[in-house]
Amino acid sequence: MLTFKNPTTVDEAVTLLQQKDTRQRVLAGGTDLLVQLRSGRLQAQGIVDLKRIPELRAIRAERGGFRIGAAVTGAELGEHPTLSKMWPGVVEGARLIGSTQIQGRASLGGNLGNASPAADSVPGLIAAGATCTIAGPNGRREVPVETVVLSPGKTCLAAGEFIVDFYLPAQAAQGGDAYLRFIPRTEMDIAVVGAGVNLVLDGAGVCTQARVALGAVAPRPLLVEAAGRALVGSKLEASALAALAAAASAACVPINDKRGTIEFRTQVAGVLAKRAATIAFERARSRA
Amino acid sequence: MSKHHISVTINGDPTEFLCETEQTLLDVLRDELGLTGSKEGCGSGDCGACSVRLDGRLVCACLVLGAEINGSKVETIEGVAAGHALHPLQQTFLTEAALQCGICTPGIIVAAKALLEQNLDPSEEEIRYWLAGNLCRCTGYDKIVRAVQSAAAVMRSA
Repeated sequence: MLTFKNPTTVDEAVTLLQQKDTRQRVLAGGTDLLVQLRSGRLQAQGIVDLKRIPELRAIRAERGGFRIGAAVTGAELGEHPTLSKMWPGVVEGARLIGSTQIQGRASLGGNLGNASPAADSVPGLIAAGATCTIAGPNGRREVPVETVVLSPGKTCLAAGEFIVDFYLPAQAAQGGDAYLRFIPRTEMDIAVVGAGVNLVLDGAGVCTQARVALGAVAPRPLLVEAAGRALVGSKLEASALAALAAAASAACVPINDKRGTIEFRTQVAGVLAKRAATIAFERARSRA
Repeated sequence: MSKHHISVTINGDPTEFLCETEQTLLDVLRDELGLTGSKEGCGSGDCGACSVRLDGRLVCACLVLGAEINGSKVETIEGVAAGHALHPLQQTFLTEAALQCGICTPGIIVAAKALLEQNLDPSEEEIRYWLAGNLCRCTGYDKIVRAVQSAAAVMRSA
């Protein structure tokens, strides 16, 4: 018999997840969990629904940036009046997940916690320098998003822990971000490659900081520091973009499958990183 | 353990039901409440045949647990017509033959209604993206898109 609980506080959820002799699963949007339970890929004796915990549902301004509850959906991110002005790349990544119906349910915390290397919201969050709060029996800890996923289906979360929220810092006065993905059709597919870029310009339009993250080209989403360094000191001239693409491709250790070969994913990672960087650059310049 | 006792509003009517944790909203609608308009195509959120509104939001009923929705408002295909008066979408789907087998039709009408409530003049591209999560395996999408456009025109002139 599968139990069902819907706590209204984080502490209550932590307590419910402590039942060591049973396998409890946290539920947010359910768009991955219910499919995996039904297929038998995941086992559970109990479900703990986190959606009645107010802080998991809220988007709040904080220290110039935003704190976003783990159960906030893609649709809610897109409807927020100011979030997508500051972090358009983060929002466009989250908005690429699934259909209209999925957007109404699928959450930012679930997309990370499901630990797919191809999760569309994750590279944008990593590029933005986002952190997430994890709650568990030993209290709360805050970790960079790029440290959460270890391999397909595996995260750094210990037993009884769950993701409470994300913190997106304030975007720089002249910063811009973007996310692009490649899929074989125009909608409703899993990324073959995803690339998120966030960069900051100085008053002369020279890049002073850049973070580049890639999805679907390794067992986990990657922060590619060498790709970010390739842009620093440049105005994204062709040589800098070529160095960015080379660094992005060099970081790839992708799978080979019917949706994309190793060679294809490796090359496309460089191309998408260049295109995303160019969009991020234009967004940063438009803020000047 | 006893079943979950859930109180909701379905198509404007206060409704109570009992369900097991394993039962989805789609299972509850079809098996417990006799509302069989919502269909199960895939059971994994890919096909949209079970599209309903949950607190106004378009969702796949197969990806929602019955136990989750206490206090919520659910709208299904059964609530789209006003008594015997068909909704413009239902009327244009009939007159323009935008269905053949009809399995996908309830979900598409529920989804298209949600679109038209926020945008009475969507472009063809907007309609196609909005309905990308509603799969049709026989009619083809051109007639469906045209019927949505016709219904939007009817609603704009109303």
